[in-house]
Amino acid sequence: MTDTRKTIIGINGITKRFGSDVIAVDNVSIDIKEGEFFALLGPSGCGKTTLLRMIAGFEMPSEGQLLVDGQDMEGVSPNKRPVNMVFQSYAVFPHMSVADNVAYGLKMEGVASKEIAGRVEEALGLVQLPGYGARMPDQLSGGQRQRVALARALVKRPKVVLLDEPLSALDAKLREAMQLELRNLQASVGITFVMVTHDQDEALSMADRVAVMQSGCVRQLAAPRDLYEYPTSRFVADFIGKMNLFQAQVKSCGGGEVSVSVEGIGDLRLPHEGEASGEIGIAVRPEKTTVSPDKPTDTECVALEGTVLQVAYHGDENHVHLKTDGGLTLSVTLPNHERTLVAPAKPGDRRWISWRQKDTLVLAD
Amino acid sequence: MESWRKFKQVFWAVGIPPTFWLVLFFLVPLALIWLFSFGEKQGVVGIDITWTLDNYIRVFNPDILKIFWKSLGVAGLATIICLFVGLPVALGIVYAPNKYKGLLLLLIMLPFWTNLLIRTYALIAVLRQRGFLNFTLEWFDQKMRFLFDLVGLGGLGAAVLGEQFQALELLYNDKAVILGLVYVHLPFMILPLYAALERLDRSYLEASLDLGAGHLRTIWNVVVPLALPGIVSGIIITFIPALGSFLTPDLLGGPDSAMIANIIERQFKSANDWPFGSALSFLLMYITFGALALRAIMARNSKDGI
Repeated sequence: MTDTRKTIIGINGITKRFGSDVIAVDNVSIDIKEGEFFALLGPSGCGKTTLLRMIAGFEMPSEGQLLVDGQDMEGVSPNKRPVNMVFQSYAVFPHMSVADNVAYGLKMEGVASKEIAGRVEEALGLVQLPGYGARMPDQLSGGQRQRVALARALVKRPKVVLLDEPLSALDAKLREAMQLELRNLQASVGITFVMVTHDQDEALSMADRVAVMQSGCVRQLAAPRDLYEYPTSRFVADFIGKMNLFQAQVKSCGGGEVSVSVEGIGDLRLPHEGEASGEIGIAVRPEKTTVSPDKPTDTECVALEGTVLQVAYHGDENHVHLKTDGGLTLSVTLPNHERTLVAPAKPGDRRWISWRQKDTLVLAD
Repeated sequence: MESWRKFKQVFWAVGIPPTFWLVLFFLVPLALIWLFSFGEKQGVVGIDITWTLDNYIRVFNPDILKIFWKSLGVAGLATIICLFVGLPVALGIVYAPNKYKGLLLLLIMLPFWTNLLIRTYALIAVLRQRGFLNFTLEWFDQKMRFLFDLVGLGGLGAAVLGEQFQALELLYNDKAVILGLVYVHLPFMILPLYAALERLDRSYLEASLDLGAGHLRTIWNVVVPLALPGIVSGIIITFIPALGSFLTPDLLGGPDSAMIANIIERQFKSANDWPFGSALSFLLMYITFGALALRAIMARNSKDGI
């Protein structure tokens, strides 16, 4: 699957050191394509924000090359770059009206004042704030202030909009609405969005592609579905969503298959392309597993007998925690498809846990 | 803050001595001066409080008014120079690496540890005709002449630099007074500016840069308006003592560089006219009160606005 779209941001072997011993970003290379919604995802301190700030021009790479629309950005100051940022704190100027905030970037560009008024109103319309121009920022809610920050970036018609944890300051309901809205907005204006987030749900639901970062390195770069269903490392598998992880010993590998021995489960033959040896990880998502009172008859299933430890009720689903007779602890997610007041299991029940062998993940890294 | 009601004894024990001190050594003498300003001289040392307004009316003598205006001008100019020099310095300290900030602030405050008189004499040693600045200039002058002679253009050297080195007259004029006032009051400007800028969220500056403004436009459009309360504080804290200084114009100024405080000092000493000196002092205080009221109004407005 080759992407024929133009590369709008080329990150080529970029390293950022703070002082002599802190490496915030470690030899990262990413091609961000024109018009895509790209997310940098990782725990705090993984270097995602530093990478974003280097694209904006607030930090200089220690090594490597940054290209924006084919132009080398070395020595180009932030005010000369064709990218605009939406700050985590929004940074809406408190001493200027909404219209002045949005117009600020255009004034700095020297756009004619006649044109400015029209473009400001158009940008405010885009972010669902038409007619808010005369208000002062302290008269706006947090969500509205964020829209102003977004309009202020979009009005300049940049090549790329950078978003630093755009939804972290909003409450849960508003955040979900904004996720959809940002996605739609990006699709309609067609500008490349690069978003930094620590929230995997945000990254999966909004981005076309996600780069998962850890300790300054990109661990995996893939579309959200690939990332969730086919994580390549234990870190990514564990960071994205919930996961049952087991240690396994490779017995043989080759021919698109790997044969492993898992303590507490036994021997498994699993499809796997590429190399694997020694100690590896075997995993299965809780929602891919199920529990039943009797041993499943399907031979394509991995089935283990165990005792229910706890059942957590979440409304839309139940999280059943079990301990197998082999000593493994697993969690199983059971969706509530039908209205019922009966719990699927209670602590102390004996149950069979099973999942289809092909849903098992092999994590060689 | 109702807690003082609970610990009344502590409140009185801690509160009374400083109150007593302030009343006895600040408010009472101030009230005396205020009374004197409505008095008449009686013999050599006596003052009769006759509630006359003569002393205030005497201020509207053109000579005194001229000195008043000049003092306002000199102090104002010194304050403006302090602002333009202090703002970049304060910005520099705010953006310095954290480990150097303490040291830089210490350097700003270091002059306070030296007596004002000694600092002023040090400035004289630098600026006087046979002072360090003129020595340095003379040294460069000599080297330049030597270079011209070396390439055989001694005549050109003389044409450019003059027949011989002329020491600059840097002391005993109004410029020296302004320079001295700037030198003495710069820390008063830098510290409130630093406090205001340190509180300023950096993302505002970054947003301005990101939107295409250069550094100077960012300072003018974003830093100055947002740091305005600090700037006003700095201006007032600098302007009030600059307006009332008498040592600096006395030591660095020429015969016509006297400021209003020098006139006041003269009334209390050589002229022995305490009532008139008191009236002048209180006029200066009213200007100070006016400036403080202005600041209070601005502080209230900015609280309403933001």
